[in-house]
Amino acid sequence: MQNNLLEVRNISKSFPGVKALEDVCFSVKEGSVHVLCGENGAGKSTLMKIINGIYQPDGGETLIRGEKVEINSPIRAGELGISMIFQELNYTPEMTIEESLFAGRWPKKRFGQIDWKTIRQKTLQLLKQENLSYDPQTKLKDLSISNLQMLEILKAISRDADIIIMDEPTSSITNKEIEILFEKIADLRARGKGIVYISHKMDEIFRIADEISILRDGKVVETRPKDKFDIDSVIALMVGRALGQGYPKEDVPRGDVVLEVENFSGPTGFSDISFNVRKGEIVGFAGLVGAGRTEVMRALFGLDPHFGGTVKVHGAPVKVRNVQDSIRNGVVMLSEDRRRYGIVPIRDVKENVTLASMEQFFQKGRLHSARERSRVEEICSKINVKMASIDVQVSTLSGGNQQKVVLSKWMLQDPDILILDEPTRGIDVGAKFEIYKLMTSLVKEGKSIIMVSSELPELIGMCDRMYVMAEGRITGELDRAEFSQETIMRYAMNMARKAV
Amino acid sequence: MNNLMTREKWQTIKSRYSIYLVLIAMIIVCNLLSPNFLSARNISNISVQISVTTILAFGETILIIGGLLDLSCGSVLALAGVLSVYVFKETGSLSLAFAVGLIVGVLCNFVNGILVRRFNIPAFIATLAMMTVARGIALLFTKGQNIYQIGDYVWFGQGSIGFIPIPVLFMIIIGILTWYILGHTSFGRSLYAVGGNEEAARASGINVGRIKVGAYLINGVFVGLAGIILMARTNVGAPNSGQGYEFEALTAAIIGGTSFSGGLGTAGGTLAGAFIVGFLNNIMNLAGVDSYLQQVIKGAIIALAVGYDMWAKVNRTRKTLGAAKLPTERKEARA
Repeated sequence: MQNNLLEVRNISKSFPGVKALEDVCFSVKEGSVHVLCGENGAGKSTLMKIINGIYQPDGGETLIRGEKVEINSPIRAGELGISMIFQELNYTPEMTIEESLFAGRWPKKRFGQIDWKTIRQKTLQLLKQENLSYDPQTKLKDLSISNLQMLEILKAISRDADIIIMDEPTSSITNKEIEILFEKIADLRARGKGIVYISHKMDEIFRIADEISILRDGKVVETRPKDKFDIDSVIALMVGRALGQGYPKEDVPRGDVVLEVENFSGPTGFSDISFNVRKGEIVGFAGLVGAGRTEVMRALFGLDPHFGGTVKVHGAPVKVRNVQDSIRNGVVMLSEDRRRYGIVPIRDVKENVTLASMEQFFQKGRLHSARERSRVEEICSKINVKMASIDVQVSTLSGGNQQKVVLSKWMLQDPDILILDEPTRGIDVGAKFEIYKLMTSLVKEGKSIIMVSSELPELIGMCDRMYVMAEGRITGELDRAEFSQETIMRYAMNMARKAV
Repeated sequence: MNNLMTREKWQTIKSRYSIYLVLIAMIIVCNLLSPNFLSARNISNISVQISVTTILAFGETILIIGGLLDLSCGSVLALAGVLSVYVFKETGSLSLAFAVGLIVGVLCNFVNGILVRRFNIPAFIATLAMMTVARGIALLFTKGQNIYQIGDYVWFGQGSIGFIPIPVLFMIIIGILTWYILGHTSFGRSLYAVGGNEEAARASGINVGRIKVGAYLINGVFVGLAGIILMARTNVGAPNSGQGYEFEALTAAIIGGTSFSGGLGTAGGTLAGAFIVGFLNNIMNLAGVDSYLQQVIKGAIIALAVGYDMWAKVNRTRKTLGAAKLPTERKEARA
């Protein structure tokens, strides 16, 4: 029996309005790879951030080699031999490899100057030991993402880390680079390190795992050795919760095609996208993070450029060069990143709501203040924005109410087609339900909705039809009758053919 | 719930009107220190003294709200002023000279705007370049010599209508114009959005580039006007005048509550900021404070004003977000 390098017991963590982790137990053994998988938002990243000292748990304990420890900062985590490789690598582009390897703990000479000679020696030694042929003076900006990742691993090794956490390390590297990474992981395992590997790519999981834990809704639902699992059971456990119930979905007669997109391609990583949306329809876009759904929608809305394909609104081809074009065509978009693209946080509710429709309230450049106030109050009460008055700063509102402010902004435009990208991300259950109800009442008014979401249950609950994307392409189209989490997950992992 | 709402409202009121409270407090203190302070003559003097930098400060306010800034206004002011004076001496036409002053200001700022919009040069650097170029042109054009005997031109700086001196009148007009643009036009609304969150403004269908150039063009009118007034007040077309005025103008705007991170600021606040600086200078002179020490005090007050502003903002954010969320916030900001 191998020893547990790291063990967490009964860890819980809540954020305002959300229970992120509940009673989680998890351990990593010496010389093994423990894969942690789960859907987006299952709590994987929160758990890892607790282990790495970025978050403090509300309850539970952490043990390193059987001894109870308190990890109150990433620095402390480092001292305890924990090293984390983030999905989004943060690095200083102008640093060289040797500078970055020893960043923050550069060996010093007598008068406090950095001892570059020792650094060079140690770097070369380390590179040799790990069979890597980098030039220590290469700048990080000249390295590929996989090389940067390798460098992070090197850093972990140079710090004598015993526990290495990798958060979806293969999400942005090529197949060949994946092979190199896996070799390195095998090597580390052979040297007795414990590795936590977060992923939802089935083929990878089964290649490198010794043990697999599945996290769902903040709980570990199952931990077993790899050979006690198969792909189907993992998928079933990842998604297994009550389906499509409790959604205020109503059947609305569907009309003509209002939006038709053909062979749409763009530089942000999607190609050959064709789909259509009918009047009164809610069309879903499912897929894993990074499948290119948001990128398609951004280009369709004129926020990003595209280089091919046609877009027809009400049967007529239209040009989408910028957001103004799109709004004129009656297409609006609620962005997934509310803080960045949705609100102007330091301005008040009123200004945020009328931001996209100023022509309604300014005539010959002059503001009709009373009309503006009454329209904003009317629309905000319809959408049920909870606030002291329309004069409060948007930044003081809760996430759900901020989202409703953005929705109010677009409702003032009276658009035909709404693109809602993760409309319920980061908002509480009550506000979610209100947004679902609003969606239903909108399609009843004859509008059409494109809903992009990473939460399968809400897609299944709300949509009439669904497209599934993987790796920048549409891999499947499903009617409401065909919806099931398993099918969607297979398309989303581009495994439909293998499994059927 | 109700309690919370009134507290939020009180916060808003406090942050919105605190600058005026400071101004009133200052008037009271100054009046106690020097009985001459509140005399009509002294107030009128102060108003004339601050008029040029206040007009510049209104331009800076518009720019800073949009997330921009103008370091070149002191130099452009000199260029616009000397060209205007020159045209007056050649033609004898006050209206033509006036027009030339404004046009020069607008042209220079059009270049600023294009540098920022088309070439994505940060406003700081673009206008720093313009600062040097405009000063150089002013010196080249005049061969470094002042233009004297400017005759009737002095009316722009020394005349008055009724009891109101012309520079003060211009300052009031520009102040009202700024107030109107910021609060009552769609341009002003867009400007706040662009400065507050450029990405969100773009995603709401606002033509961000056009707003930025527009802000520079308006600033150009103000700078040109300030140049005309300064030359007329000092009775000379001086290519070296206006040095350091950009910082005086920025000081007034910042003390007046214009946030350097963009999206916040008002015409009234800037006017109050300008008067606070003006009163401070005046009372220090009346009290015989050493002029070098005056600089130290002025600098310290800027640091205090902005320091308080930032502190209040961080405090407010912490209260609304809750401490737990802060680490993620920071991480997002980095990425």
